[in-house]
Amino acid sequence: MDRYTPLEDFVGLDLPVDQANTTGRDQLGEPEQIPELSDVNCPDELRQLIEALMDRYPDKDSREGHKSASIPALWAVQRQYGWCTPEGIRQAAAVMKVTPAYLESVASFYDLLRLEPSGKSQVLVCTNISCWMRGGDELLDAFCEASGADRGKAGHGGALSADGEVMVSGFECLGACDLAPMVSVNERYFGPLEAADAKTVIDQLREGADVLPGKSLAKRPLPGGEDVPADDRTDSLKGPNQ
Amino acid sequence: MAPKEPGIKETRILLRHAGVPDLHKLATYESYGGYATQKRAYTELEIDWMVDQLEESGLRGRGGAGFPMGKKVSFLPHGDEAKYLCCNADESEPGAFKDRELMQRNPHQLIEGIAIASLAGDIGHAFIFIRGEYDKQGDILDEAVAEAYAAGYLGKNILGSGHDLELVVHRGAGAYICGEETALLDALEGKRGNPRLKPPFPAVQGLYGGPTLINNVETLSNVPHVIANGADWFKSFGTEQSPGTKVVSISGCVKRPGNYEVELGVKLRDLIFGLAGGPLDGHEIKAFYPGGSSSPVLEPKDLDLPYSFESMAEAGSMLGSGSIIVADDSVSIPHLALRTARFYHHESCGKCTPCREGTNWTVKMLERVVRGEATPMDLDIISSVQKNIIGHCLCVLGDSMAMPVSAMVNKFRKEFEEVIAAAAVSEFPTLVGRPIPVGTQEAAGH
Ligand SMILES: Cc1cc2nc3c(=O)[nH]c(=O)nc-3n(C[C@H](O)[C@H](O)[C@H](O)COP(=O)(O)O)c2cc1C
Ligand code: SF4
Ligand code: FES
Repeated sequence: MDRYTPLEDFVGLDLPVDQANTTGRDQLGEPEQIPELSDVNCPDELRQLIEALMDRYPDKDSREGHKSASIPALWAVQRQYGWCTPEGIRQAAAVMKVTPAYLESVASFYDLLRLEPSGKSQVLVCTNISCWMRGGDELLDAFCEASGADRGKAGHGGALSADGEVMVSGFECLGACDLAPMVSVNERYFGPLEAADAKTVIDQLREGADVLPGKSLAKRPLPGGEDVPADDRTDSLKGPNQ
Repeated sequence: MAPKEPGIKETRILLRHAGVPDLHKLATYESYGGYATQKRAYTELEIDWMVDQLEESGLRGRGGAGFPMGKKVSFLPHGDEAKYLCCNADESEPGAFKDRELMQRNPHQLIEGIAIASLAGDIGHAFIFIRGEYDKQGDILDEAVAEAYAAGYLGKNILGSGHDLELVVHRGAGAYICGEETALLDALEGKRGNPRLKPPFPAVQGLYGGPTLINNVETLSNVPHVIANGADWFKSFGTEQSPGTKVVSISGCVKRPGNYEVELGVKLRDLIFGLAGGPLDGHEIKAFYPGGSSSPVLEPKDLDLPYSFESMAEAGSMLGSGSIIVADDSVSIPHLALRTARFYHHESCGKCTPCREGTNWTVKMLERVVRGEATPMDLDIISSVQKNIIGHCLCVLGDSMAMPVSAMVNKFRKEFEEVIAAAAVSEFPTLVGRPIPVGTQEAAGH
């Protein structure tokens, strides 16, 4: 028997049927198409970059497409436009021959790919366990106060400063708990910070100055010292690090 | 007088010379013996011998599960289908920051490890999946990989061996779940990072459906040392079941947080007090996670345990990625539980119900606890929710919240009850999770 025959004694309610709910697709519109490259006005350097990225993956010739470059391509869009703009996503989609909706669904999964305008600079304030124990929440307060960003929003996905130049966002562990409490400013790590550092950072960003040069991760030595005496077994080491 | 610090020193193999400013440059790395092992591997050594050494060494995965690395290599099929290696550099578990140090200071050690492991597993395509937040470390890797290509350590017909290897540095974009090995594969294939059902395991069917070896940065960084010095030498470090050294990330309420490389099996006390300097002045240790935020917390009475995979498992916790987070007496355990649960709730990919709903309800109930709107019965409900998560999820992210949260509720139940009781006298708790001002109870139907 056909599984989809309606039950005979089923009394319908005669309510209007939303096609989108029964077929999973809005019957009124066409399914989304892959945009044509000629329609999207993709800057040459962005197109070349995405093509080079696609070329790095072994699925580049597979029939199922070459989606491996999705995240790198979205990074490229974000670097070009400051965030993953709808036009940028369409451009990347045209180069990659996937639908814009596909790339958007990927972008929405990842915290670092931004689907809204996010200022010239981004400050991610870690509020995870180690940073929280060392004052991460207070540091986020201080950044919001110094920049005029909304504290409620900053703790839930990010908020723009009053002048729209800086995005401040509470963030999960950034993998630098040794610097707790720490921040990532334009993808570089700094810590441990005090609340007063927040205003300095915001001022430095506005002036285009170097951010907290003395508190950069790059300057941090190994905590156990740069040189630890070897013992017999490590002394006879062959291979790397002799 | 401050208590005397127990004497302990680091045993550096992976981090040896890590302080040399230019170690991340190929020429400097070579001047310290770098790539000599890859040369031997590609020109003289027998593949079977290398796989044997890796198995024999007992090198266990440093990314969390501690699975023997050599076994994984030996699981790879021997046919000529395309095989892949993925180096897991996603490092997003709260408390973990060792891979960052290893990649930033010594990227070529990792590349050499990948090249040797790829030869041993007859693998032609390798990837380093690095978390997007590690932008600086990603740049360092990009440069190092380019140098290694230029010097002929990567690419076609490496060192005349006939073996080809392409290595791509792939940056993630901020999702803890991509550290889970099958989610990592989906992310690499350009999808949303949702874990896959296992089996099939990646060694059989992984990236693009091909057999795939997935290992952590630290695991792979150990490979050149095992091959250069042999399994017996490697086993002279550490314990019988946990051979080798471990880069341990220590953070939280300690004086000298950071990465320390020690032999596995050293005492926790030596690590936390001796190396990391112990708790901040005027404070005492209350609890600590021995293996990242997903490990059940231990208490000060456990400080004399050796730090090894087997001993942490015996104590009901785990060594995990080797990240110790110390909480002192200024930290409220219910708040710590909430902070932990919130992280997993945020990072749950939402694919399976016990994890998606369980993390959500755990957060809500813990919020009620810290807001003083819970009853002691809620603690039992929290525990039972955790029981319903553990073992019922597709990947272990759900368990990763449930294990530490249940440990905290069990071991610190008194503190939870005190928090509830203290709040209960100040406000009138109800079961709907919202305090009703006294006087309006009748109107609310009570
Ligand atoms: C939610 C979750 C997150 C994980 N994150 C990482 C990670 O960031 N880095 C890592 O090496 N392993 C991580 N793992 C473990 C991996 O799934 C896998 O076991 C590991 O990469 C294997 O490498 P190994 O055997 O060398 O440890 C994670 C596992 C889970 C369930
Ligand atoms: S356990 Fe959680 S993170 Fe893992 S697959 Fe299920 S919902 Fe996703
Ligand atoms: S908790 Fe802040 S970097 Fe890990």
